[in-house]
Amino acid sequence: MKRYLLDLEVVSKETLSDIHALVKLTASEPLPEMYPGQFVEVRIEDSPSTFLRRPISVNFVDRQKNQLWLLIAAVGEGTRRLMRLEAGDHLNCILPLGHGYTLPESSGEKILLVGGGVGVAPLLYLGAEIRKAGGEPVFLLGAKSKKDLLEADLFKQYGRVYITTEDGSAGEKGFVTQHSVLEEERFDRIATCGPKPMMVSVARYAEQAGIECEASLENSMACGIGACLCCVEKTIDGNIRVCQEGPVLNTRKLLWLH
Amino acid sequence: MASLNVKINRLELKNPVMTASGTFGYGLEYADFVPLSELGGIIVKGTTLDPREGNDYPRMAETPEGMLNCVGLQNKGADYFCKHIYPQIKDIDTNMIVNVSGNSPDNYAACAARIDALDRIPAIELNISCPNIKGGGMAFGVTCEGAASVVKAVRECYHKTLIVKLSPNVTDIADIARACEAEGADAVSLINTLLGMAVDIEKRKPVLSIRTGGLSGPAVKPIALRMVYDTARAVKIPVIGLGGISSARDAIEFMMCGATAIQVGTANFLDPAVTMKIKNGINDWLDQHGVKDIHEIIGALN
Repeated sequence: MKRYLLDLEVVSKETLSDIHALVKLTASEPLPEMYPGQFVEVRIEDSPSTFLRRPISVNFVDRQKNQLWLLIAAVGEGTRRLMRLEAGDHLNCILPLGHGYTLPESSGEKILLVGGGVGVAPLLYLGAEIRKAGGEPVFLLGAKSKKDLLEADLFKQYGRVYITTEDGSAGEKGFVTQHSVLEEERFDRIATCGPKPMMVSVARYAEQAGIECEASLENSMACGIGACLCCVEKTIDGNIRVCQEGPVLNTRKLLWLH
Repeated sequence: MASLNVKINRLELKNPVMTASGTFGYGLEYADFVPLSELGGIIVKGTTLDPREGNDYPRMAETPEGMLNCVGLQNKGADYFCKHIYPQIKDIDTNMIVNVSGNSPDNYAACAARIDALDRIPAIELNISCPNIKGGGMAFGVTCEGAASVVKAVRECYHKTLIVKLSPNVTDIADIARACEAEGADAVSLINTLLGMAVDIEKRKPVLSIRTGGLSGPAVKPIALRMVYDTARAVKIPVIGLGGISSARDAIEFMMCGATAIQVGTANFLDPAVTMKIKNGINDWLDQHGVKDIHEIIGALN
């Protein structure tokens, strides 16, 4: 898939919480094709301690408006700088990068999308594309507290949404893997993105349920385009580059449960 | 339009801008961003006789104006390179140079001999300076005797242009360069990365899996410049300069300090198209200053 180096223009920035923002970007030309689970390497200007680009997953692609959405969590200096973007600013991006989630192979497939924290980001676009392909996305979203739930209303457009919060301020109290829907329903497949301990628990559930599970990894990267071999993950097939063969990988290939 | 052609021994470069090993894959990874044939040369990923898994993750730490890496020469070995990678890159119309590593003089020589047989690889860069592998790599590059032993063994079986990549983790890099020259090296390239360390204070642990790694990026540029300057005055063979080069201005600084050509490394990660900006920027600077031939600026400090 051809990759592009583009200066995208910020259309808007919506602050979602103290540390979360939704940035919508556009270009004068039609944006390249992007698949759910792929990511963008963003150059961060005016942040002296941020040397490398930052990989940010594709949150949503609005074809009609020619917009790319990025969900930002301010976890360090670089992402804090991204929180201060304003409409009209430009963001230099390499895109689309990596290998995304598997889309439904047949219509009617019921796929559980499990996200935690800012890890819900790729699942919005994935849910939309699963729906478009005739599948049924079911969302299970986890957060620390109600105020940390991101884009919950947007997910509802594409399927049922189940929620857990660690403090019980929304949905069921606890972690995503403790939600009752996992006992009550059967799914054909799982896609997950979030903190690694959460994804490991989800992968374990999938293995016990005997269903396929894909997870999105966030190993630290330098180049993002497959050249430097910094982001490797050990798999049953040896080292793979998360930026190239990933970030989305079938959890059976990973050594998480071994 | 100034003349940008330079020569490294028998190797003719369209311009002095090459890419540094380990930062540019096999060139193909950058084909969407750079017209590869417009580069002076591409030094592909470090290759060893036998396959290497490399070090565990984490292999990278971001640092002020730079980064540390401890990839550890992950590669599928010389035979795999010859059989599967070479056919994909042999028709790229620039100097495709293989960076060769090993763990003993004979092991380096055996790898170099495999590459010698490939028609479209006009040169190798001998890596005697990798800080991230045990029992080899930098171990040879930090003493004159070690460097000489590897160059001597490789020179006996390698017949094309032989570049030796030097370690900055030494007392006097010019001495090492002289030792390589004496054993028949056709050029030296410097600097490889500087051995460094990063710490995660919350975990009270080093960031990198093997504790230490090689520092690259703009942070190392002043050190690299000084070493290129010292080395260029110590040897008669061409010097290829690298270490933090991110702009045409940086490249010209290295050339004024005596580098015949330069390599761009870590800057490719920040801007995958940076090499063309550097090449065009060098040309623009020469034109603006009425310099007709790039040789006029090599070693041309007043």
